[in-house]
Amino acid sequence: MTDRALAVVRAGALTTVQDRGRPGHAHLGVPRSGALDAPAAALANRLVGNPVESAVLETTLNGCALRPRSVVTVAVTGAPCPVTVGGRPAPWGAPVRVPAGALLDIGPARAGVRSYVAVAGGVAVDPVLGSRSTDLLSGLGPPPLRDGTVLPLGRPDGMHTRVDVVPHPGPPSELVLRVTPGPRDDWFTVSALRTLATGTYRVSSASNRIGLRTEGPSLERTVSGELPSEGMVLGAVQVPPDGRPVVFLADHPTTGGYPVIAVVRGADLPAAAQAIPGTPVRFMVVRRR
Amino acid sequence: MKAVPAAGGTQASPAAGGTRALSVGDHALLVEVSSVAAAQALHAELLRRRAEGSLSATEIVPAARTVLLDGLQDPRRLAEQLPGWEIPPHTARAEEAIEIPVRYDGPDLADVAALWGVPEHDVPAIHAAAEFRVAFCGFSPGFGYLTGLPARYDVPRRATPRTAVPAGSVALAGPYTGVYPRSSPGGWQLIGTTDAVLWDHARMPAALLAPGTRVRFVPVRCS
Repeated sequence: MTDRALAVVRAGALTTVQDRGRPGHAHLGVPRSGALDAPAAALANRLVGNPVESAVLETTLNGCALRPRSVVTVAVTGAPCPVTVGGRPAPWGAPVRVPAGALLDIGPARAGVRSYVAVAGGVAVDPVLGSRSTDLLSGLGPPPLRDGTVLPLGRPDGMHTRVDVVPHPGPPSELVLRVTPGPRDDWFTVSALRTLATGTYRVSSASNRIGLRTEGPSLERTVSGELPSEGMVLGAVQVPPDGRPVVFLADHPTTGGYPVIAVVRGADLPAAAQAIPGTPVRFMVVRRR
Repeated sequence: MKAVPAAGGTQASPAAGGTRALSVGDHALLVEVSSVAAAQALHAELLRRRAEGSLSATEIVPAARTVLLDGLQDPRRLAEQLPGWEIPPHTARAEEAIEIPVRYDGPDLADVAALWGVPEHDVPAIHAAAEFRVAFCGFSPGFGYLTGLPARYDVPRRATPRTAVPAGSVALAGPYTGVYPRSSPGGWQLIGTTDAVLWDHARMPAALLAPGTRVRFVPVRCS
């Protein structure tokens, strides 16, 4: 391996390689995957002069620690967290130079869940179906990082404009998800849709990259029995037999047999990626555009 | 499972008049049809239109009674146009069926034989005599839901799913046959095993089975 590499000293609770995912293969049962907070991942790439589709690292709650084998430029975005280089504080949300062999430590999230670490040149693991993303549902892409993993890095091409600092909204204290009803809202009672729109839900600790699970009032069905499996979209609000809505995130199954009462607007999903367990969730029913 | 005719009925009509297009968020449509055959015909027509450039969709996902279209610019307009489409009935593609060699040695062979009401040693011949087609995929990359067995051979899932079904297991559930691409939990009835590689992302194409693929199972001696 060349010196363009990153050694993982502390993998953290769950750190994965993510880019913009592998859409276009759902008919083969392949989830889209990709960074859950895509704008944060794109911003990290812009800060180090990468194209936005470069692969970055996505951490979960407690960050990670890395040691580059050559001097690299990195940037950390997403969930705000302490960043140190060789034990000295370094800025979050700005390009940082890390000398060869120095320890880059991305600390626990102060707010939100997922931080993104971009390295100039991008993480250069082998792509699978056009993407370097780790897909936790089906096991495509590189496995989650482990202590001792060594990640190859690409070479910065110097072609892309680098920005120095960008304003970035902090993670929300309440998660507001705009939803349009359907396609299976007619499988539920009229009061179920009202409950969805007015009920107080909270983010469940069982949430992951596959789905944002919620705790709150149960949604009652009028149609019992099974729905033949059908295609599922990102943001689908699927209601399993316990009646608690699950919002499908990037690693969601591509077909499923529980009815979807509504679909979350794509623009609201990055915030869902940053909602810690216990965060109140409000589903706001909006008309179709 | 009983086929439920969609509003309007599509039985003999080649047109899409019996389809129902349900909105899915701002960029997707779920098109409901009356049968697996109608879903396959609609799927083929959607692929044809995408290939010729008159339809733009990121994902076209056939399923049991539906086809999902995602990544649409104007789903509402497409929903209006769909009922006017002429959809030719799906014809078997000219290419050969993929042959999957199977050792009929699954742990649920006796249960399946009992459910079918046949002697256990007849199960392989009945299963291998059918002409299968991949109706849709899902569950995990490379897993296809194959139809082709006559309806009288439908079987329920196992009451208690197994925590680990070995890769290569040939299995039955409802009207479908499937082959597990990798070891995973599952509740299907296991009738055999194959060494065929269902999924290999270093291969082009990665999936052995894609929607529409024709399949035959070929019995091989259990060693």
